[in-house]
Amino acid sequence: MLLPFIFSRKLVLFLAVPNLSDPLPRDEASLVRALQDGDETVFSAVMDQYSGSLLRLAMAYVPSRAVAEEVVQETWIGVLEGIGRFEGRSSFKTWVFRILTNRAKTRGTRERRYEPFGLAGVDSEKDEGSSLEDSLFVAEGSGSGHWVDPPQGWEADTPERALLSKECRIAIEEAINGLPDNQRQVITLRDVEGVSAEEVCNILTISETNQRVLLHRARTKVRRVLDPYVRGGNS
Amino acid sequence: MGFMAGNFTCKEVAALITEYLEGSLTLTQRIRFQMHLGLCFACRNYLRQMKYTVATLRQLPSEPVPTQVREALLERFRSWKHEQSSPNSSSDS
Repeated sequence: MLLPFIFSRKLVLFLAVPNLSDPLPRDEASLVRALQDGDETVFSAVMDQYSGSLLRLAMAYVPSRAVAEEVVQETWIGVLEGIGRFEGRSSFKTWVFRILTNRAKTRGTRERRYEPFGLAGVDSEKDEGSSLEDSLFVAEGSGSGHWVDPPQGWEADTPERALLSKECRIAIEEAINGLPDNQRQVITLRDVEGVSAEEVCNILTISETNQRVLLHRARTKVRRVLDPYVRGGNS
Repeated sequence: MGFMAGNFTCKEVAALITEYLEGSLTLTQRIRFQMHLGLCFACRNYLRQMKYTVATLRQLPSEPVPTQVREALLERFRSWKHEQSSPNSSSDS
């Protein structure tokens, strides 16, 4: 019985930390203090918790995964450099993600990938997200504003079931990758990573209204891509 | 028109779905939205599809961070900690 414990550092960690699923301190002040004190267990747990999300967000700014990984590394180094001065004006999570977006923007601009929000304005009438939605409805006549092809019920029971199809997962990932940068950043944080609307506005420094418009356009496109996979008989 | 103009079209409902899900519709808008849904099977399906889309996105597997990136950062953390604990010691090691 003891052998697995000897070979698994994770299990030893499990025994040492009372809260088995989460070695992070519950309150943010303790978390920040632990990092300032150089607690490696906490640093390691924070990294494990956020790095995947940071990487995914970084990929919305820079042209390659390799560069995105570098941005994530630079972000954590930025965290170490700044943690001593962290005053809690924003949440720790928002602060970390803001470090990432600043570094990713710099790298993205250098690699000619990133366009600031102002240039790819959310109110642009030419945005394909709004015209995609328009195309779903009858434009003129007595049926104006009605569905051209009324949505049917989707067959798959749960999201997990839809994702069982590798093909479908790749299609969703490609749909996200193909979104305009600002839509991709918002949907990545909100829907893929489950960050709250308020935090997303703080991280990306956008208004609530812009956040909703971008999210709506992004979701509309992803829904369309998902449709054929869950419409029936394909799952 | 008058009273009937108070009813949203399907297109208006679709355009407001995210605001509905975000809880940012005004009370009047929400009532009009829900009245439309009560009568329109297609829009109910569309709302369900949008919720499903969000739930599916949430289920995407997390982006794996390479072990070497993690290890390099832990190394960096240790040297940072060392510098913190001995700020006056030589930093050329």
